[in-house]
Amino acid sequence: MSKMTETRFAYGEALLELGAQRPTVVALDADLYKSTRTVLFRDAYPNRFVDVGISESDMVSTAAGMAATGLIPYCNSFAIFITGVCYMPIRTQIAYPSLPVKLIGSSAGLTQGPDGASHQSLEDISLMRGLPNMVVVSPADDVETRQATFAIADWPGPVYMRLGRYPVPRLFDGGYHFTIGKATTMREGGDVAIFATGHTVCKVLDAADLLARDHIEAQVINVSTIKPLDHEAVQAAAARAQLLVSVEEHSIIGGLGSAIAETVSGIAHAPRLLRLGVHDQFGESGLADELLEKHRLTGKLIAEDIRQALP
Amino acid sequence: MITEAELARLRHLAATMRWRIVTMMGASKVHHFGGSLSSVDIITALYFRKMRYDPNNPRWLERDRFVMSKGHSVPAQYTALAMLGVFPVEELSTLKRLGSRLQGHPAMHTIPGLEACTGALGEGLSYANGIALAGRILGLSYRVYCLIGDGELQEGQVWEAAMTAAKHCLANVTAIIDRNRLKAMDEAACSKQMDPLPERWASFGWAVAEIDGHDMAAICNTLDWSDGQSQPSLIIANTVKGKGVSFLEGQAGFHNAAIDETQYQKAVRELESALAAQGENVR
Repeated sequence: MSKMTETRFAYGEALLELGAQRPTVVALDADLYKSTRTVLFRDAYPNRFVDVGISESDMVSTAAGMAATGLIPYCNSFAIFITGVCYMPIRTQIAYPSLPVKLIGSSAGLTQGPDGASHQSLEDISLMRGLPNMVVVSPADDVETRQATFAIADWPGPVYMRLGRYPVPRLFDGGYHFTIGKATTMREGGDVAIFATGHTVCKVLDAADLLARDHIEAQVINVSTIKPLDHEAVQAAAARAQLLVSVEEHSIIGGLGSAIAETVSGIAHAPRLLRLGVHDQFGESGLADELLEKHRLTGKLIAEDIRQALP
Repeated sequence: MITEAELARLRHLAATMRWRIVTMMGASKVHHFGGSLSSVDIITALYFRKMRYDPNNPRWLERDRFVMSKGHSVPAQYTALAMLGVFPVEELSTLKRLGSRLQGHPAMHTIPGLEACTGALGEGLSYANGIALAGRILGLSYRVYCLIGDGELQEGQVWEAAMTAAKHCLANVTAIIDRNRLKAMDEAACSKQMDPLPERWASFGWAVAEIDGHDMAAICNTLDWSDGQSQPSLIIANTVKGKGVSFLEGQAGFHNAAIDETQYQKAVRELESALAAQGENVR
C-alpha cells in the first residue's frame, strides 16, 4: 500500500506549480485557504491571490469578471458552499457565457465528517452537472488530481472539480495520462461493471478484490469526468456485464449514478443498473469511516450489495 | 468644464436614444420601459462622452468597461451600442425575438459590446470588481462603470462587493445607482429600509456623490469627479422611471409591461417633439 494522501493536498501543490508556469492563473478563496490548500499559492503569488472573505457569491462573480478580462481564475471553497451558495452567479455569469472559471469544491461528500450535514456536500455534482457548458471533474487520487489541476487550465470553458479531505491510496503510476471526458478501466472483469468516482474508486477496488474471491470478476471504471460522460465506456461495459453498478459519495439523485442511468436508458437490452451512494438523505456528524460504513460505501459493504444484486 | 455645445449634443443623443428605445419596443409587447428610460441620460454620458471606447474594436483590451448590473435595462445599452455602430441599428427591432442576438437580458456571448451576462440582480458589482482587479494584475489602466438599480440594492451580494472594492481600493470602479425608487411591483422602500443611501455607501468606504440623473451637466461633471478619487466612487443618480414619456413616468406598472397602440402613438409623438426641441439646440 502506497502512502495515503488527500486530494486537496495534491491540488494545492499542483496549483502552486501551475502558478509558476502560467502567469494568467489567479486564485480566489473565501476564508478557507488553509483548508483548500490555496495557502501555498497565496504565499508564492500574493499579487495573483484574492481572499474575498466569507462571501462565496462575491468570489465567483469577481472571478467571472477576471475571466472575461483574460485571466484563468481558480475559485476555492468547500464543495457545498461553492456550488450551493453561488449557484445563481455561476449559472448566469460563468456557465451561460462559458467563461473559463475553475470552481474547486474541497471537502466534498460524507467524508467531510464531523461538521455534519450543513458542510457535507451530497448534491454538488447534481447542481453543476445540470448547467450547460459546465464540465464536472472528480479525481480519484493525488496523481489524477495533479494532472486534472493542469488539464482544466487548458479547457476553454468553466469546470467544477470536486476534491476531498479523506486520505486515499495512490492508484495511478507516472505513466497515467488524465484526459477530460475519458473514463479509465482500473481492473478488468466480465461479470459486473462498477463505475466509481473520487474517493469511492479505492473502495470499489477493495470490493472487486472481495468479489474475486467468490469468482465474480468485476470491471472497475474510474469516471473522473462526470460531465461530459464517457458514453463509449458505458456502452462497452453495458455490452458485456450482467450488472452495472455506480458508486459515489453523493446522492444517488443527480450524480454519477444518474449520469450513467441517462446513458444506459438509451441502450437496448442493457443490464440492470444498481446505484450505490447516499439515498436521498442529509449527512450527519461522525467520523469519515463511520459515515462511509453507515451509507454502505466501504469495500466490504459495496461487495455485499453487488453480490445480492447479481442475477 | 463641459461646453454648452457638448451638452446640447449629448441631450440630443439622449432624446434620440429614448425615441429609439420606445420604437424598438413598439406597441402591444411586454418590455422593460421604465428602467430603460430612467437610465438613458447616464448611459448617453458614458458611451458618447466619458468612456474610452472604440466602436470598431469593442474588445480592445484598454477600453473602459460598462457593466449593466440591472440587466433588464439592457435595451438602453443596445441602443447606445447600435448608435455607435457596434452593430446595425436595424437589428434593434429584433429585440427579444426568437433567434435574435438581442436577448431580453444581457448575453455577452451573443452580441458584441456587452461586457457581462446579467439578469439575476445583485451580481454586477462583484463582476466589475473582477475586471478592475484583472486590470491591476495585467497592468491595464481602464475604468469600470457599473449601473445598479436602487431596488437591486436589496440583493445582499451588492454589499459584499461594496466591501471588496473598498478593501482593495479599486479607485477605477465607479458604481452608479439608477435611483428611480421603483422596483417591479411597487416602491423599493415598501420592502426594505433604503435610506440613508449616501451615508451607507460612505460608511462602506466609497466616495459618494448624489445628483439629478437626468441633468446632463451634472452627470458629466460627476463622472469627471470620480476620476480623481482614491477610493471606489458611487454616484447616486436620482431618476424618474419611464423618463420622457408622460404616462410612463413614475409608474411601477410599466416596469415590464406592454403599451397599447394609442399609448404607443402618444409616446412617439412626445419623444419626437422632445427630439425636435433638442435638435433646435444642436443647430
